[in-house]
Amino acid sequence: MIEAKQIKPRKRWLARIGLTLAILLVGLLVLASLPGGLSGSGGGFLPLALFTVLALCGALLWLVGGLVGADTPPEERTGFAIRGELGPLYAEVKPSAVIGILQIFGLVFVSMFQIDRWGEVFDTIRRNKLRTVLTCVSVAWGIYVMVVLLGMGQGLNNGIRKSFKKDSANAVYINAAKTSIPFAGYNINRRITFNNRDYDAARKIPGIDHLGMQYFIHGGRFGGGEMKTTRGTKSNLFGVNAINSATYYLDTIDMVQGRFVNEDDVANKRKTCVIGEPVRDYLFGHNTNTDAGDGGVDDPMGEWIDVGGVPFQVVGVYHSDNEESARQVYIPVTTAQLAFNGADRIGMIMFDVKPGVSIEEEGQIKRQVIELLAASHQFSPDDKQAVHVFDTIEGFSHFQQFFSVISLFVIVIGLGTLAAGVVGVSNIMMIAVKERTKEIGVRKALGATPQSIIAMIVQEAVFLTSIAGLLGLSAGVVTLGAMAQFIHTDMIDNPSINISTGVAAAIGLVIAGALAGFVPAKSAARVNPIETLRDQ
Amino acid sequence: MLRLSKLNKYYKVGTHSLHVLRDVDLEIAEGEMVAIMGASGSGKSTLLNILGILDDYDSGEYWLGDTLIKDLSEKKSANYRNRFLGFVFQSFNLLPFKTAMENVALPLYYQGMSRRRRNQEAMRYLERVGLADWADHTPAEMSGGQKQRVAIARALIGKPRMILADEPTGALDSATSAQIMDLMAEINQSGITVLIVTHDAEVAARTPRTIRIHDGKIVNASAPEPKPTQSEAA
Repeated sequence: MIEAKQIKPRKRWLARIGLTLAILLVGLLVLASLPGGLSGSGGGFLPLALFTVLALCGALLWLVGGLVGADTPPEERTGFAIRGELGPLYAEVKPSAVIGILQIFGLVFVSMFQIDRWGEVFDTIRRNKLRTVLTCVSVAWGIYVMVVLLGMGQGLNNGIRKSFKKDSANAVYINAAKTSIPFAGYNINRRITFNNRDYDAARKIPGIDHLGMQYFIHGGRFGGGEMKTTRGTKSNLFGVNAINSATYYLDTIDMVQGRFVNEDDVANKRKTCVIGEPVRDYLFGHNTNTDAGDGGVDDPMGEWIDVGGVPFQVVGVYHSDNEESARQVYIPVTTAQLAFNGADRIGMIMFDVKPGVSIEEEGQIKRQVIELLAASHQFSPDDKQAVHVFDTIEGFSHFQQFFSVISLFVIVIGLGTLAAGVVGVSNIMMIAVKERTKEIGVRKALGATPQSIIAMIVQEAVFLTSIAGLLGLSAGVVTLGAMAQFIHTDMIDNPSINISTGVAAAIGLVIAGALAGFVPAKSAARVNPIETLRDQ
Repeated sequence: MLRLSKLNKYYKVGTHSLHVLRDVDLEIAEGEMVAIMGASGSGKSTLLNILGILDDYDSGEYWLGDTLIKDLSEKKSANYRNRFLGFVFQSFNLLPFKTAMENVALPLYYQGMSRRRRNQEAMRYLERVGLADWADHTPAEMSGGQKQRVAIARALIGKPRMILADEPTGALDSATSAQIMDLMAEINQSGITVLIVTHDAEVAARTPRTIRIHDGKIVNASAPEPKPTQSEAA
């Protein structure tokens, strides 16, 4: 026979302290395991800090308020304490200004943590372990699936974004090529070449953020082609790009030392250059057959190197994950035109649009640039061959649509799973209410108000869903963390959910729990004592 | 203390309604001990439910003290039950997962008393029914008589003005029944009005006044007998 033990006061204090710590621990575990944690970017930090502070204050006041007042008969209480009375529990705190404010939080919290109420809830839970476990599993599973799905969706999104980032996320590249439509009396197959005037004209078009141009030193080769690059006795072929400062933004150059080519360099036709890490390592490294042979690298900043027979001064070094893009030298476009017989010719114009510009507006801007080029070089604006247009914005927007569909899908599945869990809780609470009809009848006969019955059932439901949900949330976040650690593909990068999603999920859970409990609670409150207490 | 006048109660059964209580007039004075007797189906349980503010009636008036008990909100009737009335049932209706002490303390929980105080109070009442040593036991570990004593302690703890007992000895052997009736009489001696619904003539014989109900009507509507009263409830 199971003997229900009465918990001794001392033990109840241990239970109270233990429960406080457990709640705090679970809370902190969830918060700490959320990626970005305390270092989270701007927006995420405030709610997190608020949540933590409130939780800490509440827990502390629950503890302190309880220690002072909860089980102390009025006559034994200290004289000058402020007393707030909430049902059978008392919270009293010394009247200092700071604590006075905290007391308000404390009272709210204490009412939530009336140990009596919890006593009733825990009694029920203890009597129905299997039911409780099943309920918790269904909710925890719902949350787990939702978190993992959302995290994976985010990871996929991150992955695609990152691979797009390699060639700027939103740039348009317009290459001069050969005409394919007769226009203004010209025959087809005429080679088009842009010039600096086109660049100056395009600058006047509103909506363009960074406008770039490139001169292909060896003709039409995309990327500019390789040239002999020399320092002292070392010499090798590297790709040479004659560009302006916009390339820094359009191709998202990752500088490790110094600076990129800037507008002054272009305006003054300076002989400056920016080199990739492999270029630096080759030209400035201590190879075995030359120099010291210790494997070290000289500081390239300010040093002069010879590019295609012309000396250029190194002003920066950049990094790239892609081996080919790393083996490049960037020089100012104007300097290249002057030094390598370019006159005012340019082979490519590229730009990105200001943030907030829509896809439609971007299309119009693109059209405007092409029409401007067509007018000045006498080709049809509809000639798809005269200029080759590579537009990452369009591709990116397709991906974005794709992702919003995926996100929606993920959210629908996640919410569906969660809803199933909540309905499960509601069902189980309904059965619980049926089982407990007699008990509820007795309680009502003894003076329980409908509200107190509802509160009892709802509190149980909220408690179960919250605990189960937090477990599911933690497990999901841990799973995502493990995935980030062990899965390395281009498709998925840093699968995670952000803090606001986590906090929203936690709040949502409490609400869902309340909803799950409310319907059964209402039917419990309607229990007719006569029907249940009648013995026949 | 308690007055019913022209009280009627119907139950809907399918399309037609059943007239359960017919123009019931009844007066019970403070400190009386009364048995209500009747065959099953006579309406005595319904009467008890109405008196216990567990059920509503259709017409007439029910005065409890100076209060008209009619069309009360759930909250109010819960409050009145808690403050004015104590219930004792045939099948005890103790909560099986709570100890004797917690069961006794339950009405005080709904009055908002702190745990320590209501447990102290519960111990006092358990002592009064002679079960102080059983405070930590659950109902499953007790005999029928002990359970009924716990239920009586629970009915008393809210300091009610009236105890309503529905066949309180129905599930007990005759020796235990006699003990429970002794306890009831003792409670009545302390000034609390006691109303016992029973079909056991032996039980009815122990109450100074017996009201018989037949087909929803009071058969012997004797006036309350004058009683050497203690003026206040204990």
